[in-house]
Amino acid sequence: MHNFTPLSALLGGLLIGLATSLMLLFAGKIAGISGIVGGFLRPAREDSTWRGAFLGGLLLGGVALRLACPTAFGSTAAPLTAVAIAGLLVGYGTRLGNGCTSGHGICGNSRPSLRSIVATVTFMATGALTVFVVRRLFGGAS
Amino acid sequence: MKSNAVALLAGLLFALGLGLSGMTQPDKVMNFLDFTGKWDASLMFVMVGAIGVNALAYHLIAKKRATPLLGDRWHLPTRTQLDRPLLFGAAIFGVGWGLGGFCPGPGLVSLASGTLPAVVFVGAMLVGMVVHARLHKPTGATDEP
Repeated sequence: MHNFTPLSALLGGLLIGLATSLMLLFAGKIAGISGIVGGFLRPAREDSTWRGAFLGGLLLGGVALRLACPTAFGSTAAPLTAVAIAGLLVGYGTRLGNGCTSGHGICGNSRPSLRSIVATVTFMATGALTVFVVRRLFGGAS
Repeated sequence: MKSNAVALLAGLLFALGLGLSGMTQPDKVMNFLDFTGKWDASLMFVMVGAIGVNALAYHLIAKKRATPLLGDRWHLPTRTQLDRPLLFGAAIFGVGWGLGGFCPGPGLVSLASGTLPAVVFVGAMLVGMVVHARLHKPTGATDEP
């Protein structure tokens, strides 16, 4: 096993669960990042204020992490071209599939929603397949 | 107003959780998806923790209330159909996730690192979302996911 960090992962997960629970219990909403960003990008929506507030908190949290714990940010072995293609696919795919690791992976799976379970299995499978192809077949940096 | 403060706090906690858990380290994410190589199972525990807390909140509290604490109705997804957009969208997202090691939340949080991959990823992700919005007219079913 490589750099196994179950405790910090679990603690981080609990914090994320607390965040999604706050959104659920107080606002009755799903804290799905791709859905929140996607809705925010559409100007004619009356509910863009809470989306902006959530995204502001997310960015602010990033700044806090940089100040308190800069090692939280890791590098990527992927070249910039691959990262750009990855961004396009993630943006398009999460909107088409109505969710990402947060909306489907956390919120949907904990209800549990069949759509979210199927989506999670699907993106884990194609994600693993992609890493396999990049690392094993093309011998990309790992 | 109150609900915006809750949203801000939730976003903040979400970001700290992502940073603490290791989700903002793309190489670690790729090691998590690398089942045939040096698999790093750590990020499984992120899901365990997050789903655990959220499932308790949903089943013990949310399901028993007529309305959320600060709203007049629940905004939860009602669709149950497994359709092509769900499958294709999730499949496309997974390829992007494995290729760059970023999913949407960690990408946005990583903007604060000021590193080029994070900025390029988020820029491209927003383009991908706009492309989707242009190609697919809103259906009215806006609740996520």
